[in-house]
Amino acid sequence: MAASDQSLKRWYSKFTNVVHRNLRSLIVGIPFVWLLLFFLVPFFIVLKLSFAESIIASPPFTSLLDWSGGGFPEISINKDNYLYLIEDDLYLRTYLNSLKIAITCTIICLLIGYPMAYGIVRTQGTWRYILLLLIILPFWTSFLLRVYAWMGILADQGTINDILLYLGFIDKPIKLLYKPIAVYIGIVYTYLPFMILPLYANMEKLDSSLREAAMDLGANPVSTFFTVTLPMTLPGIIAGSLLVFIPATGEFVVPDLLGGGNVLMIGRLLSSEFNANHDWPLASAIAVVLLIVLVLPMMLYHRVQASQANS
Amino acid sequence: MNQKKSKFLVSCLIFGYAFLYIPIFLLIIYSFNYSPLLPVWGGFSTRWYTRLLESPEVWSATALSLQIAFISATVATVFGTLAGLALARLGRFRGKTVFTGMISAPLVMPEVITGLSLLLLFITLWQLTGWPEQRGMMTITIAHITFAMAYVAVIVQSRLAGTNQALEEAAMDLGAKPLRVLTDITIPMLAPGMMAGWLLAFTLSLDDLIIASFVSGPGSTTLPMLIYSRIRLGLKPDINALATILIVSVAIGVLVAGWIMLRQQKQRALLANQ
Repeated sequence: MAASDQSLKRWYSKFTNVVHRNLRSLIVGIPFVWLLLFFLVPFFIVLKLSFAESIIASPPFTSLLDWSGGGFPEISINKDNYLYLIEDDLYLRTYLNSLKIAITCTIICLLIGYPMAYGIVRTQGTWRYILLLLIILPFWTSFLLRVYAWMGILADQGTINDILLYLGFIDKPIKLLYKPIAVYIGIVYTYLPFMILPLYANMEKLDSSLREAAMDLGANPVSTFFTVTLPMTLPGIIAGSLLVFIPATGEFVVPDLLGGGNVLMIGRLLSSEFNANHDWPLASAIAVVLLIVLVLPMMLYHRVQASQANS
Repeated sequence: MNQKKSKFLVSCLIFGYAFLYIPIFLLIIYSFNYSPLLPVWGGFSTRWYTRLLESPEVWSATALSLQIAFISATVATVFGTLAGLALARLGRFRGKTVFTGMISAPLVMPEVITGLSLLLLFITLWQLTGWPEQRGMMTITIAHITFAMAYVAVIVQSRLAGTNQALEEAAMDLGAKPLRVLTDITIPMLAPGMMAGWLLAFTLSLDDLIIASFVSGPGSTTLPMLIYSRIRLGLKPDINALATILIVSVAIGVLVAGWIMLRQQKQRALLANQ
């Protein structure tokens, strides 16, 4: 098979020539086209659908372009979905409640995570490495199962009620599961590592001589912390807070499994409009508004990331 | 460091790690509970493990999830590495702002939005081209490639930012073609980062519930979808058994990898001292 061998070789050298000449555009082009098609274009489809009308059909929405008139298509833009979001105060309440929960959980994560990250940085040698590994480990274990673990702890006959009953603090179980407190605990628990890692990455690079200089010059530990350490760790605080706040706002699993429908959060509402009510245009409008709410924090995160990468 | 502050930090660490790990230990302990009423202890038993391993749905969901995770992690590593190279080594190019935005956005994008938008894309594509005819393994794999490649890109980019370009420049000066430099120098240098990226992409895919539920079709149930459908209505002891198997195997993997890396670091430090 010498002939086909020859042609195969020719093809191969042609192929490598093309690769050589276009290496640069291939490196950028392949991921670029993929992300354009599967990440950016879908958002425009969501935007388009949010202006459509919901109908009982498959798929359950109207087309914006009506070709039935012949010649020019008529564009029918339907603003009702957005008007509905304003009129029915359920949606506004849900957005506000999601933001309240996300902000509160971010602050709690920061209060727990900051001293932990600081403690890890101050630890020396192998222990520091082990402590860091134990923060990373939850990233590799299932989010769903970590939320599930709390269902057993917070249940009426769960661990917390058992302990409180045994100690005699209460005489009948207190309701924890399917209450707001369960959602707060669940979000803080699952997102805490996302707060600690950026804080650690930031603190690790800090120059401890500045802190020592402040102490030598007579500053007490408290004022050293607030005037030296805290400002220097601000990039880590911002990155960690955004990494908790943004996904927590749209969280679905925690309010669904631990809130049980009693706690209003926008991710869960979007999903139920979509799956239970089959109102795809309304679900799209909810998604568009959520994206508008989150676009500023996302851009801020992007800038913090870029400046961290450059330094 | 003064003593009082150190005590404060140590107690913060103890509290924090207890908070992170006690729920996981409880989950594992209850998987050995005889009683089907989960929080009530009814003696030690491994019967939930037997029941779990006898369930065909668990096996088929695990097989599907592993296949999707393997394919999507591999493709995401290739695409993500290219994206990381583009960001770290190619300087300015047209559309770089959009490109960097598309790389960093999936890291924080709420999953409900990603899932909804991808489903609508697949339906629109189907209306226009007749593809994909049905949603399932293929559409989930595409969705997972898309968000996992962003993670790989970030890892690769930070790796490249930490290495100097002298080797690559030297090879270029000696007349190596760019592709040769890429395959013989840059890629081997990047191998640990690509490996870490692949593992992360694999776990992210194995873990994903929301995006997969949106873009999946009838008959394609991944492992997280199966777990979710069972625990929605309450505690299920066989899910505790499944959780124990998953968590223990991941923990062993991470700890072994960590131990190997620590040993390498120590050896390198020893060599450097000699």
